[in-house]
Parts: sequence; C-alpha cells; structure tokens
Amino acid sequence: MPTVDRGDTRIWTRRTSREEWLRWALLFATVALFVWCWQVMTETTIWAFVWDAPVQAVDIGDRMWPPRWSYIERLWWPLWDTLNIATLGTLLGIVLAVPTAFMAARNTTPSAWLVRPVALFIIVASRSINSLIWALLLVAIIGPGVLAGIIAIGLRSIGFIGKLLYEAIEEVDESQVEAVRATGASPAQIVDYAIVPQILPAFVGISVFRWDINIRESTILGLVGAGGIGLQLQASLNVLAWPQVTLILLCILVTVIVSEWVSAQVRAAVS
Amino acid sequence: MLTIEQLDKTYRTGDHALRQVSFVLEPGQLIGLIGPSGAGKSTLIRCVNRLVPPTGGRILFEGVDVARVGRRELRRVRRRMGMIFQEYALVERLTVMENVLSGRLGYVPFWQSLTRRFPQADVDQAFALLERVGLGDQFDKRADELSGGQRQRVGIARALQQNPELLLVDEPTASLDPKTSRQIMRLIRDVCEERQLSAIINIHDVMLAQMFVDRIIGLRAGAVVFDGPPAALDDGVLTTIYGEEDWTMMRATAVEDAAEAAERAEERMAGLR
Amino acid sequence: MSAAAARKWRRPPVLIKNDRWRLAIYGGAIVYLILAAASVPVDPARIVVGLDRGWRFVEGFLTPDFISRGNAIWDGLVESLTMTVTSTVVGCLISVPIGIGAARNLAPLPVYLLCRAIITLSRTFQEVIIAIFFVAMFGFGPFAGFLTLSFATIGFLAKLLAEDIEDIDWRQVEAVRATGASWSQVVNYAVQPQVMPRLIGLSLYRLDINFRESAVIGIVGAGGIGATLNTAIDRYEYDSAGAILLLIILIVMAAEYSSSLIRRRLN
Repeated sequence: MPTVDRGDTRIWTRRTSREEWLRWALLFATVALFVWCWQVMTETTIWAFVWDAPVQAVDIGDRMWPPRWSYIERLWWPLWDTLNIATLGTLLGIVLAVPTAFMAARNTTPSAWLVRPVALFIIVASRSINSLIWALLLVAIIGPGVLAGIIAIGLRSIGFIGKLLYEAIEEVDESQVEAVRATGASPAQIVDYAIVPQILPAFVGISVFRWDINIRESTILGLVGAGGIGLQLQASLNVLAWPQVTLILLCILVTVIVSEWVSAQVRAAVS
Repeated sequence: MLTIEQLDKTYRTGDHALRQVSFVLEPGQLIGLIGPSGAGKSTLIRCVNRLVPPTGGRILFEGVDVARVGRRELRRVRRRMGMIFQEYALVERLTVMENVLSGRLGYVPFWQSLTRRFPQADVDQAFALLERVGLGDQFDKRADELSGGQRQRVGIARALQQNPELLLVDEPTASLDPKTSRQIMRLIRDVCEERQLSAIINIHDVMLAQMFVDRIIGLRAGAVVFDGPPAALDDGVLTTIYGEEDWTMMRATAVEDAAEAAERAEERMAGLR
Repeated sequence: MSAAAARKWRRPPVLIKNDRWRLAIYGGAIVYLILAAASVPVDPARIVVGLDRGWRFVEGFLTPDFISRGNAIWDGLVESLTMTVTSTVVGCLISVPIGIGAARNLAPLPVYLLCRAIITLSRTFQEVIIAIFFVAMFGFGPFAGFLTLSFATIGFLAKLLAEDIEDIDWRQVEAVRATGASWSQVVNYAVQPQVMPRLIGLSLYRLDINFRESAVIGIVGAGGIGATLNTAIDRYEYDSAGAILLLIILIVMAAEYSSSLIRRRLN
C-alpha cells in the first residue's frame, strides 16, 4: 500500500504519509506534555537540595552500615503482626470480594441494572484507594493497631480479587452452564456445579497473588499507626537510628522474597 | 407426549430462527432433525426445555405448556427431559461421578448437592448407569481426562440419571470419528428402547440419521420442509433441505468416508494375518 | 447388580490429593488462624467511640466539600498528575533497556544478573519506603515523588517486558538472524513487533497505577494529593477528605476507561 510511483521508480515507505504525520504529531504531543508537566512539577523544587543529593546519599549509606543486628529481638513480634495483617486481611478481602464478584459478573448478577453497577463501583472504589489511605482513615475511626491494618488490607483487596474474579466468571464455558441448567438445577446449584469448578484454579491463584502483594503493603501500614513492622520503621526513622532501619529493610526483603516464592509455588501447583 | 404448535423464535439480533414449526412426538419415537447449519435445529431443541425462550407458539409436554410455566415449574419440567450435548458439555473439572450425579440436581435440595451427599439410591443408579455405558471403573477420574467417546458416554449417563421421559440430543457425534459416532448413536437408540424413551436428535450426518431414527424432520431456514420416515428421504427431498450444491458435496464426502472405512478395515485384517 | 447396590461414593478431595499433606496443611492453617486471631488486640470501647467518627466519614463522603480546601486540593491534584505523567514517561524509557537486559534469551549473563537485581530491588520495597529515602536525599516535594514513581515503574515494566521477551516466538528471531542481521537489527525486526502492543498496554496501565500511588507517597512528604488528604484526615475534615477520595476514584475510572479505549484502537 504505502508505495509511490515517481516516474519509473517505485518508492516504498513503511507507512502512508498520513500515518507518518499522525505518529509524529503523537510523539510531539507526548514530548510537549512531558515538558509542560516537568515545568509545573519542578516549580517548587529547591535545586540546591537536588544537587546535594549524592552527598546525602553517601552520608545516609555511611550511617546505615553496619546494621544493628541485636535489634532483631524487637522485630519478631512486629513481623508476626505483619504476617497476620496480610493473611487475615486477605481472608477478609476474599470473604467480601466473592459475593461482589458474583454480583458484578454479567452472567451471574441478580440484576444487571441495579446490582451490577453498585458492585462495579465497590470494585473501582476499592481499587482506586491505596491500602495506606484506608489505614489512615481506619486509624482515625477505630484507633491505631493491627485491627485497622487488617481491615485496610481487606478493603483494598476487594477490588483486586473482585475484578479478576468477575472477569474469570464472565469467561466460563457457557456450554457447561447450559448443560447443568438443562438438568433442572436451581441458580445456586448451577453456580456450585458449573461455575465454581471452572473458576476454582483462577480463584486460588488470584487470592495467593493478592496475599503476596499484601505482605508487601502491610510492611508500611505501621507508618500511619496501623500495626506491623512499619511501626518500628517509623520509630527508627524518627530518632534517625539508621542501623535499625537497615535491619528492618533486610527483614522486609527476606519476608517479601519468601512470600513471593510461596505464592509462585502455590500458583504453579493449582494451574 | 410432546406437541409443538406453531413455534416461532426471533433473536434480538433479528435472526428469524424458527418459523411456525409444528409436529407431534409419539411416545417411544426417535425423531432425527436434519438440515444445514443455521437452519434452526439447535434453537428448536433448546426451545423444548426453554434454554432458549421461544417468541411464539406452544410446547405441550404431557399437557404442560413449557413456553409459559413459571420458574419453579420450569425446573420441574427440565428434570424430566434429559439433554445430551455437542462437545459433551461435561463440567470438565468435576469427576465423572459428580457429572453423572448432577443429573439429580433438579431432585435434591441445595445443601445436599453442595455437600455431595446424594441419596444412596441415586449413587446406586449412577454406578449402574456408568456400568451400562461401559465406564464402570472410571467414576473418580476427572472428566477432562477422558477421550471424546468416553465423555459423550458420561453425557448420556448424566441425561439418564434424571430418569427422563424425553431425551433432547444436540449433535451427539459432531466431534467424534465415524466409528465412535456409530457406537454412540447405537447406545442412544438402545437405551431409548430399554426405557421406552422418546428422543429428538439433531444430527448433521444424514446417513447416520437414516440408520438409527424412526422419523426424520428436515428444517430449512427455520421451517419444516420434510416430515416422514427415513426411507422417504430421496435425493429430491434432500436437495430441498440442503440446496443443490451442498447435498451433492455431502453425498460425495459420505461415499468417500465409506470407501475409506472399508479400506481401513481391509488393512486391519491384512495386519492380522 | 446386588454387589453394586451398597457401593458408597464420596467426593474425592478437590485441591490437595495426598491425605497426609491435606491433613497437615489444613490443620496447620487452622492452628495458625487461631493463633493469629488471638494475637489481634481489639478494644471494643475504642471501636464504639470510633463508630460515630466512621459515620461522620460516610456522611462526609456522601456530601463532599470541594470548596473550602479547594486551593489545596487543586495544587495537590496538579502535583499528582504532573508527577504521574513525567514519572511514567521516564520510567518507561528506562524500563526498555533494562527489560531487554533482563531477558535471558537476549542478554549475556552478567548483564542479565545486574538487570534482574535492579528489578528485584525496585519490586521488593513498597513505593512509600522508597519515597522515604528519596525525600531524605532530595528534600520534600514532588521531585522526590517523581523519582520514587519512576523507580517503581522500572521494577514493574521491566519485569513484565523481560517475561514477554522470553516468551516470544523464537522462530521469527531465527529467521531474521538467518538473514545476517546484527543483534540490534534482530531486536528491531524480530522482537519489537512481537512485544510492542503489550508494552504500550502495560505502560498505560502503569500510568494508572502511578496516579494511585502518587496519592499515597505524599503522606511521607513526596508531594501530590496524598499530603492534602493526610492533612484533611488529621484535622477530621471528613467532607474534604471525601471530596479528595471521590476525585481520585473519578480520575482512576476515567484513566481506566480511556486506556481501555486506546488499547482497543491499537489492536
């Protein structure tokens, strides 16, 4: 298509000139947007601090090493709390997300006009708001502690699990559903016999995946008072105890790597 | 036992799938529904148990108008009609036994089906049916571990587990090889005879239909264009059903298939020597 | 038939087939859950007090106030949005070479290990922790936030890009290589066409994530709407907080909708 005959030579170009123009225009627009955003964003930046950053980095690095190993004794309990926040929070999220997903999926929703938009809004709202913000709110409402963290993680997980699960429900093989319906099964029996077996592997995978993400998220909830190892991080940062910060970061690193490994193993086993 | 009167179906897309279809199914009768793809065979069979709601006409099943019954009554009607599907439509990730027992879903309460604690009579019947279709020892296998022919046997067992009075069979052999197709068709006819069941069988393979059914209904563009015994199907009738070109082609492939099968049989016998 | 009449049937286990493993895993899970639940301190009196506040928050959310903190909200949103755009662009540009370097089928081992180390580092730590460090180094404000989000984008995008490259149809690479093409020509002609559509899709997705994260890192001083939100909640101004949350939800919905439109156009 993109060839031009000029005299007796036929010139080939990769794209038509219209496409070429569009591409350049898009690129130009992106660059212009980027430059403009950069200008607006850096208006208040104090550049002296930025140029000073390498010095600061070296300074912090110096203070951070070596880690204060003895501090580990004070970290076991917060680590246990962190694990609990992630696990119990994920369970809470699952309990709330499963009905939401069934209400949001086009093929299982009780009412496409009334219930489905509400369920979809719950999912979007939960997804848009980070668990740290949920934690911020919950600490204000029910007071600081592990419970606020668990609920925060649970509320954030509804959106993630709900979205992936309802997509899985919408993708089930309809012929299996039809076959079970033809036996005279009730709607609840259709869900139990035709839909649940089809989405079970996806459900386990999604839940474990979210648990893995939640471990990472629950490490910081303490910064706003919602329990876990983040509390120790905040306390250490407040008194500039950098060697303790290093140890905490190492603990987080190990926890996250282990949880990622566990989650990968489980997901490989169910698929 | 089943009377279909002026059945009409227009899909929301505007496709007019069925036009004024009427016929009466006698007890114990096997009807073969033939016609080109898109003629409305699949829609017709799904209208009978209202998996597809018809837009006009009546479906009288033992005196009940299936097109107009309420939801609860509809489920009660559905459990009296067993259905066998194209591509088997087993729940792939459930075991063979669970698939067969799912034929009782219309009879047991939800909690009982949820915990899989079916009455012992149902379990006995399921074992007997699996034995009957030749899968007596496969009950704890997952459905997706079986071959195509075996899966369709499970599909038949599931339909029979309902203790139906009528079988609705939708292209049972569409994805099977010729030999397995004949075995499956023979099995369906035999169980119908044993239990005095009537059946409506969608089937695209005319030769196979002629071999196994009592009566043939030909559909073209949603309307009945032929209704009579298999022997009355001649080239003229088939041309009206399928159109000139398609029918000639189908016959040619059928002859080829037969020749090939004969050849294979000879080779097998040669191998025995 | 009479022999079969007494045959019992029980549903075989669904997830874990081995009896001992199943018992151990389920038993362990129950013990863990009891221990975990028991170790969560719950103060009913405090919760009862808080319920009133919770109700006021719900009220605030239903009657949001965009006006009284209008200026602060506007400034926070502008900071968040500009941070999002710049960090996504920069992050994507850096992710491409790192992603290629982290694909085992294209990169030599030392490069591979280096790129994988960068990715792991970026993925392990929550954006907020990274932000704390960048704020300490670069001072308060959106510049630290920009760096945080760029760094987080690298971990996300480079990892998925590397996985995509490792999954490409290798025959196409062999075919291009057979013409005598150099390494960069192979990447340009055989790899890029295969991964480009998904790369664009993922970049748009990351844009969306970066906006959501930009609402959080403000809490530790890295600029954006998060700082405004934090202040509003600290002062118990739940109607302003509700307004900010609604804006975040609306922008995320709009971003999601438009990116799905763009992705459909691209395919």
